Amino acid sequence: MAEKVLGGKSVEVTDEGYLTNMADWSEEVASDLAKEYEIVLTEKHLEVLNFLREKQAAGETLTIRKVGKSGIVDIKGLYQLFPGGPLKISSKLAGIPKPTSCV
Amino acid sequence: MSDVKNEKPLKKVCIICAKGSIEDVYATLVMGNGAVMEGIEAKLFFTFFGLDAITKKTMNKLHTSTVGNPAMRMPGGLPFPTLLGALPGVEAGVSAMMRSQMEKLDIPPVDEFLDMITAGGGEIYACKLAVDMFKLEKEDFSEHVKDIITIGEFYAMAGGEGTQIIFT
Repeated sequence: MAEKVLGGKSVEVTDEGYLTNMADWSEEVASDLAKEYEIVLTEKHLEVLNFLREKQAAGETLTIRKVGKSGIVDIKGLYQLFPGGPLKISSKLAGIPKPTSCV
Repeated sequence: MSDVKNEKPLKKVCIICAKGSIEDVYATLVMGNGAVMEGIEAKLFFTFFGLDAITKKTMNKLHTSTVGNPAMRMPGGLPFPTLLGALPGVEAGVSAMMRSQMEKLDIPPVDEFLDMITAGGGEIYACKLAVDMFKLEKEDFSEHVKDIITIGEFYAMAGGEGTQIIFT
């Protein structure tokens, strides 16, 4: 565990940089995390992040397939929003734990 | 991700699938999709019976073998007698059950899986030798098949540091 300054406050994160408490999240936190990946958050990004947070809060296992069927963005679009890690990077920016699914 | 110091991350996987049973094909698809999801380049080469996985007519009707498969169990865990597996319709039934179990885990049917892999930049190829042997044409294959190529051409794509070839 480590502390990191995100969105102007100190936040606890795992060794891999995922927030340990999803309640610490805010759009500012997300936009600071996004800088590491050279991603500038747009409305579309935020829609995906909010979708992931909702599903996580509901206890669902997250997959790129589920995001692809959300009506927000298709899978190709998801790869474009979060290059190199459609589920991993989006989960990190959404302030939820590292995904445990293989799809 | 990698805890081991000085370990170089995997950059590309070239996966060869030569069998057409559900488990062999899904091993290939899960590894291919898993790679692109991690930002690893993936090239999938289907040959021999593996071609069933990319042939429009057969791709969503793959079977698992209920005969001569010692790992096959009844629901509940009792052994699955080989003679039962040989009865007409049993293999189809078991295979349908397996596909529905996968659907519950959000593992997509084969055509949709190929769609996911190519959406992430993965590439799908058919083996020319096997295509000729089974007398198939480009039109018989899923739109996601990028090309029909020789093994030599496939090897030519497998160069570069951090590349692995996997045979399922």
